[in-house]
Amino acid sequence: MRASTRTVPSERVAVALRVLGVASLVGVVATVWLGLFVTPPDEFMGNLVRLLYVHPPMAWVAFLAYGVASLASLLYLWPRTRSERFDRLAGASGEVGVVFTGLTLVSGSIWGRPTWGVWWVWDPLLTTTALLFVLYLGYLALRRVPGEFHVRARRSAIGALIAFIDVPIVYLSVEWWRSLHQAPTVLNPTTHKTYVHGSMAWTLLLGFVSFTLVYTWLVAHRYRLAELQDAQDTEGLEIALAERRAEAVGR
Amino acid sequence: MLRDAVLVAGKDLRIEIRSRVGLNQIGPFALAVLLLFGLALGPDRRVLAPASAGLFWVAVLLSTILGVQRSYAIESVDGARDGLRLSGLDPAGIFLGKAGAVVVQLLVLETALAVGVALLYGARLSGALVLIGTCVLGTFGLAAVGTLYGVVASGLRIRETLLPLLFLPVVSPVLLAATKAWDEALAGTPGRAGGWLDVLAVFAVLYVATGIVAFGPLLEDG
Amino acid sequence: MPPAVRLHEAVALAGRFPLLAGACLEVGEGEVVHLRGPNGAGKTSLLKVLAGLLPVHSGEATVLGWDLVADRRAVRGQVGMLGHESFLYEELTVEENLEFAVRASRGPVVGIRPALEQFGFTGRLASIPLARCSAGQRRRASLALLVARGARLWLLDEPHAGLDQDGRDLLDELLAGSRAASRTVVFASHELERATAIADRTVHLAGGRVVEPPKTPESVEQAAAHVA
Repeated sequence: MRASTRTVPSERVAVALRVLGVASLVGVVATVWLGLFVTPPDEFMGNLVRLLYVHPPMAWVAFLAYGVASLASLLYLWPRTRSERFDRLAGASGEVGVVFTGLTLVSGSIWGRPTWGVWWVWDPLLTTTALLFVLYLGYLALRRVPGEFHVRARRSAIGALIAFIDVPIVYLSVEWWRSLHQAPTVLNPTTHKTYVHGSMAWTLLLGFVSFTLVYTWLVAHRYRLAELQDAQDTEGLEIALAERRAEAVGR
Repeated sequence: MLRDAVLVAGKDLRIEIRSRVGLNQIGPFALAVLLLFGLALGPDRRVLAPASAGLFWVAVLLSTILGVQRSYAIESVDGARDGLRLSGLDPAGIFLGKAGAVVVQLLVLETALAVGVALLYGARLSGALVLIGTCVLGTFGLAAVGTLYGVVASGLRIRETLLPLLFLPVVSPVLLAATKAWDEALAGTPGRAGGWLDVLAVFAVLYVATGIVAFGPLLEDG
Repeated sequence: MPPAVRLHEAVALAGRFPLLAGACLEVGEGEVVHLRGPNGAGKTSLLKVLAGLLPVHSGEATVLGWDLVADRRAVRGQVGMLGHESFLYEELTVEENLEFAVRASRGPVVGIRPALEQFGFTGRLASIPLARCSAGQRRRASLALLVARGARLWLLDEPHAGLDQDGRDLLDELLAGSRAASRTVVFASHELERATAIADRTVHLAGGRVVEPPKTPESVEQAAAHVA
C-alpha cells in the first residue's frame, strides 16, 4: 500500500536518526560532566551557576520549537506549500516545545529558590514563559480534538498562529508591566553580568548545541510516530469502507 | 461583509433582548464573582480598593466566556454551525456581527460592574475618559478572540472546557493592559494610561483582523 | 441539460467512519427523487454532502454546476435544506426568522409574506416566538422558509414527519409542482406510500452507497457483489 511504503524510512534516514540520537546523548552527557565537574564555581553564584549550562539552552529550545511550529503552521495554511508533512512537523515541534517550556520553568524555579529566596518571581521572562506554557497547552488540546485530517490540521494551524501572534504582545506587555513596578531588590544586577569565559563559555555553547540536537532528535521521532499513526488511519479507512459497504449485503 | 455583520448582530441582540439570558444569568454571575472576590480578600477597603481594577477585569474575562458560549448556544441547539453555514452569509460578516453583539452586551455589563466595584470595593471612579476608552478597546479584543475560539469549540462535545483553556491564555495581555490603564485612571493619573491603551488597540486590531480572515475556515471545520 | 446533482464514488467521513462509502447518483433538473433505505444507510449524510455541509473525502460531486470537491461553500445559497433540526431561532417569531434567513441568502424579501400565508401563518400566528409553536408549526415554518428563499435544489430529510394531514397535502402539492418551477428535489422518507406517489423515482441506499432495489435477499447480495 502506498501509505505504508512511504512511512518505512529508508536505511539512510534510520542511520541518520541513530547518529543524531547518539550525538545528542553524548552532547548532553558531556554538558553535564563539564558543567558539574570541570568548570569552576562562579564568583558570585557559586555552584548555582551550573544550572545556567542547561537552563538557557532549554529556554532556547522551547522558543525554537514554537518558532518551528508556527512556521510549519503557516506553510500548511499557505495553499502552495500545503502538505501533511507541515502539520505533523507543527504538532511534533509544539509538543516538544511544551515539554521544554516545562523544563525551563522547573529549572528556573530551582535556580530562583536559592538566588531570590522564593520559588517564583514575577520576572518578565519567567512570567512570559509561564503564559506561553498554558498558551501552548491550549494548542495541544486543540490538536487533540478529533476530526478529519485536513479539518483538524487547518484548525490546529490557525490555532498555532493565533497563539503565535500573542507571543510578542504577551512579552512586551509583561515586560512593561514589570518594569513599571519593578521591585528593585529581587534581581541582583550582578547576576546579569556574570562573566562567562573559558571552560564556562565552552560548556554553555555545548549545552546549546546538544539541546538543539536533542530537540531535532525528539521532533524527528515524534514526526515518524505521527506519520505511522496517519498511515494506520489510512489503512483503517480501507477496512472501514469495506465494512461499510458490506452492510448493504448483510441485510 | 458589513451588511451581513449588521444583520447578524441585530438578530443576536434581538434574541438577547427577548431571552434576557444576559440580564438574568450573566449579570448576576458577574455580581457573584465580585462578591466572592470581596470575601476572599477580606472586608478591608484598603486592600479591596487598590485591587478593584484587576478584580473588575477578571470578572469581565470570566463573563466573556459565558457571553461567547451563549452567543453560539442561540444558534439552534445542535445545528449551530450547519445553520450558519447554510445561511449563505459571508463568514467575515458573521464573525463581525457575533463579535459586535458580544461587545454591546459586555459594555452594558461593564457599566454595571463599574458601579459594583465603586460600591463594594470603594473604588473612586475617576478619569472617566480613560475608563471608557479602556473598556471599549479591551472589549473589542476580548470579543474577537472569544468569537474566534467560540466557533472552534461550538459543535464539539468538549466545548465547555475547551473554550476557557483556549481563550484565557490568549487574552492575558488584555487583562494586564486594561488593569494597568484602570489603575492609572483610578489613581488619578489617567495621563499615564496612554501606552496601555495602545497595547489594547493593537491587540484588538490584530485579532479582529485575524478573525475576519480565519473565521471562515474555522466555521467550515467539523 | 447537465444534471442538477452528480455524485461519482463519493466518500464522506465522520472521523474515521465512512458515512458515504462511494455513492454514485445522478439527478436531472426538475426531478423529484425519493431516497429510501434503512436507518444508518447514509440518507442524511447524502443530503448533507449535497448541501455542501459535509466535505467529500474522495470521488466526484457536482451540484447545480458547482464542484463540491473544489468549493462546497458556493452552492449553499442555491440549496434549501430541511433537516432534523430546524435552523430556526426559538426567540424570534416565524416572520422574523424568515426575514433573517431570506436577507441572509440575499433572497427576495417580497416573497416572505406570500410564503407565510401559504403555510397558514397569518395574523397573530406569524408574530409569536417560535418557542411557543408546536412541532408541526415549526415544520411548516421551515417549509415556508424553503419557499421564501427560492432555492433551486431542495434537500428534505423526512419532510412529512410532524405535519398534520393538511400540512402533508400542502407539501405534496408543492413537490408535485417542482418540475414546473424547475426546482430539483431530493428527499428521504420512510412514508413509502406518499413518497412513491410524488417522486419521479426511488433510489435505494444501503451501507453508504446507492444500491439496486432489494427485491429478494439473493438479489441484494448479487447487487452488492456486482458493485463491489
